[in-house]
Amino acid sequence: MPEPRARERILARLRAAPRDIPPRPETAALPAAAPAPEAAAALEAALTAMRAEVHRLPRGRWAEELRERLSGRGLSELIYRPGAPWAPEIEKAWAQAAEAAPRLLAWEGDIEGFRERLFSAAAGITAAAAAAADPGVLLLRPGPEEPRLLSLVPPAHVVLVPAERIHPTLEDALAAGSFAPPLPANLVLVSGPSKTADIELTLAFGVHGPRELLVFILE
Amino acid sequence: MADSGFEARIEQALEDEALRRNFASALGAFAARRRSVFADADALERLRTQAAAIRDRALARLPELLEELESRLTANGIRVHWAETAAVGNRLVLEILEAHGVRRVVKGKSMVSEEMHLNAFLARHGIETVETDLGEFIIQLAGETPSHIIVPAVHKNRAQIAKLFREKIPGAPYTEEVTELNAIARHTLREQFREAGAGLSGVNFAVAETGTLCLVENEGNGRMCTGVPPLHIAVMGIEKVIERLEDLPPLLRLLTGSATGQRVTTYVNLISGPRRGGEPDGPREVHLVLLDNGRSAVFADPERRATLRCIRCGCCLNHCPVYARIGGHAYGTTYPGPIGKVLTPQLLGIDRAGELPFASTLCGACEEVCPVKIPLAQLLRRLRAEAVRGPAAEGKSRAAPGAAPLERLAWRAWGQAVKRPGVYRALLAGGRWLGGLLPPVGPLERWLRAHAEPRFSQRNLRRLLRKKGIPDA
Repeated sequence: MPEPRARERILARLRAAPRDIPPRPETAALPAAAPAPEAAAALEAALTAMRAEVHRLPRGRWAEELRERLSGRGLSELIYRPGAPWAPEIEKAWAQAAEAAPRLLAWEGDIEGFRERLFSAAAGITAAAAAAADPGVLLLRPGPEEPRLLSLVPPAHVVLVPAERIHPTLEDALAAGSFAPPLPANLVLVSGPSKTADIELTLAFGVHGPRELLVFILE
Repeated sequence: MADSGFEARIEQALEDEALRRNFASALGAFAARRRSVFADADALERLRTQAAAIRDRALARLPELLEELESRLTANGIRVHWAETAAVGNRLVLEILEAHGVRRVVKGKSMVSEEMHLNAFLARHGIETVETDLGEFIIQLAGETPSHIIVPAVHKNRAQIAKLFREKIPGAPYTEEVTELNAIARHTLREQFREAGAGLSGVNFAVAETGTLCLVENEGNGRMCTGVPPLHIAVMGIEKVIERLEDLPPLLRLLTGSATGQRVTTYVNLISGPRRGGEPDGPREVHLVLLDNGRSAVFADPERRATLRCIRCGCCLNHCPVYARIGGHAYGTTYPGPIGKVLTPQLLGIDRAGELPFASTLCGACEEVCPVKIPLAQLLRRLRAEAVRGPAAEGKSRAAPGAAPLERLAWRAWGQAVKRPGVYRALLAGGRWLGGLLPPVGPLERWLRAHAEPRFSQRNLRRLLRKKGIPDA
């Protein structure tokens, strides 16, 4: 590598400058956010405004309901990661699958052996590690049980959001402990389907990421 | 100052009606969206104060935070490289790519890479760079540079883009439907994402506390570039570091609200390492190139240092009456608009870009909307003074060396005239009679190219006062 001393020279220049270090800034009061019980409704409204589709499922038989809601939409297959904690319930529900339901396809092994399948798949399913009603985001925490590309490459992304993981604000969600350092290798905030307005500021969906974001809140 | 062609480019831009229409409609829409997302003026003011304080504190601790960032990133498995100049930064990126035998890279939007002219450098060394942000993809096809920090192809309308796609993308039909144009881009780039040997990206914020790179986007191309290929290289200016994770939410709110009037972007991608044990995807290696390229010199001066608070939202561009009329290319620099006029002369030197601060009405709109309260108007005035008098002579006498001889002569004559009531009155009378007959030559000719001819009033203030019975003071 060239310039082994570049680091020292840059830091020395910065240290040579006169500096007064101000105290840590105070946190500005946030606009009043919905309290926790109403957070799910606020999240639903915010996500819907961003063109996500939001459904609520009863905790008891969510997997069967999910299968029914995903049926007849023309989704040819749904990719999931078998190691996910909720995977057995999905497998069980799909075992009695109706014909119109998307075919359940397991992502086994690493991306190197699964790339072609992934890039031709219709939908992927993951869970959200948390969600924030303000500003209306889902926090995805990819890991061994949840590949990061599963929420990105297929044209439809199905997300499960347990209601108790919905926080009033992003600040609350980040402070809720599970995101304390060290952070996971990847943490993604998602607020809706992929979009762009790069041509005449005309909004268009699904430019590189999913065209459809299907959110299922488990109550 | 050598002629850089700035004036010629301004005139060319002003005569391009399509260009002016494209900018006027886009910028008006941005300003309206920003107003609607920040409807509560008091809340916005509190947020701006907080964000400016966050950035100020981070800059005040910059050397310490860069060290902390480096050690956290390294612990997270991200390799950190330091570059004093763009040339060294380019070389570092090339060496990493060559070590992996990569011939083609996919790239997310990055203004720092534009500043480095990274694509052209890699092309000269046989590496193809594919821009994947839709706006960047469009201008790469056209062989142009971004005309806006956030919406790089804002100068083009859909008909121009339709024609471009038809000509440059094999098999693409001619269509002015935005949805179809997007579909063509999606289809064209999918294969590139799948096959590329590496992904390049910029960085919006780097969190020192956690060793995290934060990338903000709407399309998903950034996540593709940083998630699909086995190698990810990020480039960032050394000023982008922030202290803690909790500093991120307010900055995100201001960035997206100021940039595009969004409450939040579709994706905020927080990268704290390469693929970890047991993970089925993600890059095997992540590198970060920290670029100085003149920033430490800006940092040396506490007043100029405020420039480095910038979070590159482009809001000052959207509200600038000059930018709205001449567009981004006329500036001839990587960073256009108010922030460009302030940053570029500091990065390149006042001798090379000293004319930029003069392309301003000093209306202060930029400063009023800046989410981190950069004193842009004040910095413009200071850089103007430096351009005329040289950097050392700040605040010195009026007729300093370096001022145009004609200007010095005019000020001296004026100074003499106002000291002598008789001469002064005669001048006023002369102005009344002869003001309309001034020959349009020299500076007046230049002035008249863009302004209405000044008309001298036939009744001066002293006469009006006398009429009202108020005696001379």
